[in-house]
Amino acid sequence: MNAALIWEWIIKSVIVLLVMTAGFAYVTWYERKVLARMQARIGPNRAGWAGLLQPIADAVKLIFKEELVPDKADKVIFILAPVITVIPALIITAVVPWGPTVHLFGRDIALSVANINLGALYILTVTSISVYGITLAGWSSNNKYATLGGLRATAQMISYELALGMAMLGPILLAGSMSLTDIVNAQQHLWYIVLQPVGALIYMVATIAEINRAPFDMPEAEQELTAGYHVEYSGMKFALFFMAEYIKMIAISMIGASLFLGGFQGPFLSTFPWLGPIYLFIKVVVLLFGLIWIRATFPRIRYDRLMSFGWKILFPLSVVNLMVTAVVVRLVGG
Amino acid sequence: MKRSNRKNRAVSAEPGESMREIQEFTLDELRHLFSPRAQTGETMVLNMGPQHPSTHGVLRLIVELDGETVVNCVPDIGFLHTGIEKNMEYKTYLKAEVMTDRMDYLYSIGNNLVYCLAIEKLTGLKPPPRADAIRVILTELSRLQSHLIWIGTSSLDLAAMSTFLYAMREREMILDIFELVSGQRMMTTYIRPGGLWRDVPAEFEAAVRHVVDVLPKRIDEYEALLTKNLLFIDRTKGIGKIDTATCLAWNVSGPTLRATGLAQDQRKSNPYSGYGQYDFDIPTQKEGDVYARYLVRVAEMRESVKIISQALDKLPYGPVIDNNRKFVPPPRSEIGVSMESLIHHFKLWTEGFTPPAGAVYSSIESPRGELGVFLESDGGPKPFRVHYRTPSIPLLQVIPILAKGHFVADLVGIIGSIDIILGDADR
Repeated sequence: MNAALIWEWIIKSVIVLLVMTAGFAYVTWYERKVLARMQARIGPNRAGWAGLLQPIADAVKLIFKEELVPDKADKVIFILAPVITVIPALIITAVVPWGPTVHLFGRDIALSVANINLGALYILTVTSISVYGITLAGWSSNNKYATLGGLRATAQMISYELALGMAMLGPILLAGSMSLTDIVNAQQHLWYIVLQPVGALIYMVATIAEINRAPFDMPEAEQELTAGYHVEYSGMKFALFFMAEYIKMIAISMIGASLFLGGFQGPFLSTFPWLGPIYLFIKVVVLLFGLIWIRATFPRIRYDRLMSFGWKILFPLSVVNLMVTAVVVRLVGG
Repeated sequence: MKRSNRKNRAVSAEPGESMREIQEFTLDELRHLFSPRAQTGETMVLNMGPQHPSTHGVLRLIVELDGETVVNCVPDIGFLHTGIEKNMEYKTYLKAEVMTDRMDYLYSIGNNLVYCLAIEKLTGLKPPPRADAIRVILTELSRLQSHLIWIGTSSLDLAAMSTFLYAMREREMILDIFELVSGQRMMTTYIRPGGLWRDVPAEFEAAVRHVVDVLPKRIDEYEALLTKNLLFIDRTKGIGKIDTATCLAWNVSGPTLRATGLAQDQRKSNPYSGYGQYDFDIPTQKEGDVYARYLVRVAEMRESVKIISQALDKLPYGPVIDNNRKFVPPPRSEIGVSMESLIHHFKLWTEGFTPPAGAVYSSIESPRGELGVFLESDGGPKPFRVHYRTPSIPLLQVIPILAKGHFVADLVGIIGSIDIILGDADR
């Protein structure tokens, strides 16, 4: 390991962090614009051209807001909870490759922060940490609505982790590797959504539940729990929860694109390797559009229905999908 | 589970007077409302509202929860108390009418209408046919906009957010018509004892025709979003059930009653303003749950469109207000040439008119149920007593019956489905 390699890692990490935080800001803009168009509205159009400066205005507003801590809250955990939520969201995409190896400054640079051979496992591990933040936020606020929201988050997590893991095993079996770079490279000619349509569907449903997006946004449930786990949060701490949610939206879109839509793969990639990030970006934008579309269309599913849906439909379905995939891979590929 | 000992202090109105203390109640004083399990802390008592996004105004619900299941729920009203009924006793009949708009703010034209019907019963005024037809058109438009608000907010309670904005878009067309005829969008006071304030402008027919043409397609759009939506059915079917007997026992009327299978509608059973001449159905459903109430209201919207288009087709020409100068102010043109008219004008706008002594009750069908007014006159220029029988109060009373045993997520759906207006309840 030499100094250049360390610098390469640091620079790539910083780029990923910056892209994710800027991405968060512009996903909020994107969501507001798309939702507005779907709902016969205009959306943000005051700050900057087409409202492009709106996220910055929002950030400035939130930074200058008073940070309230409830009287009887557990102060340490109350302050720690948003941090616990946002850090996994920021580091989750470290294993997702955003392009092939490029030749730059006389070095071959792989366009991913870490190509570890347990990439898929890393994703599952890191995502399950972030639910602690939500649960602890709900518990430490000393608010009944927040507690209910936190409890819902826990129940939701338990119901969906397994199905999510099983759905991710399909592409892993097909590629024969847990590294996301290998999985993407194996999809050079055929995207795995063709071979794993059920798996892709389960992945999408389970991840929407994982990141608490509509229609699975029970921990927030503004209609019944007013805002659920973050009801007592204000200012930047509140913004961190939102940041986590939107960064996770980008993250699951990136991971989903890598697992099922060929990641950075696309035509003319071998001649122009810099097309990789562009292809990935397009796929992420399309998936994000899908997430927003779902939010505009569906009512929220009920808490107990979600649990029974997770355990009685998604989980058995994912097991069957996994078994069929395994048998077919063994017979055809073996 | 005693609350903190810190006392809330309210500053008295007059400086120098000693500060009055507001007594905080403890759970002990509310013991009779909750199960014994709430005392031990086994169940959680949650205060929903009056500032809560899904309580439709300022309803407060004290909910006892076992996990997320509602064990008991106590509606607490009075946060929007306006004292309108009492205030009306201090105003002349015409001035009092202005306040009726503010009760059920989504059906303000209906509030005017029922009040004017009572006065007409008392005085024997007879609105001309054109006034009746326009009254029908406007009250049905008002019902449509109330139902549009309902379809928007009740689906927003289930987090189907787009419907709300679509419904608001259509409501705008209807409010524009109100603005066209009266200059006001919500609090119109357009209907007057004996007829209407003045005739509708020339653009009225085209504007209403546009609504009649456009709205059925838009209702199809809402239905495409909701009626067959699996998640929506899942959230509404079998939730908040009530049967006809309970409805009648609690005096519940309107779509909530019709969703249990009883076709009761004031427009059919007690036709006012010439409703008898229009051909329309009373939609009913059997199940009495949230989904049935949804279906009934959507069908009612289509029926309203039907009534409006019929009324518009045979809209008669002629005067829009009765000719009895003892109650109806003379037109401006008469005042200049007739001494009698000048005297009537002066009397009507200073003292007000004086109906004969007596008590009457008149009722109409509001979007929420039977809206009635009991009016007692002592022969003076001010009403002796005005009492509104509003549909929201019985609906509020059955919330505990509807909500028991359901999840807190369904509770907001149930409140949305019965369509209460707090201004209608606290008056």
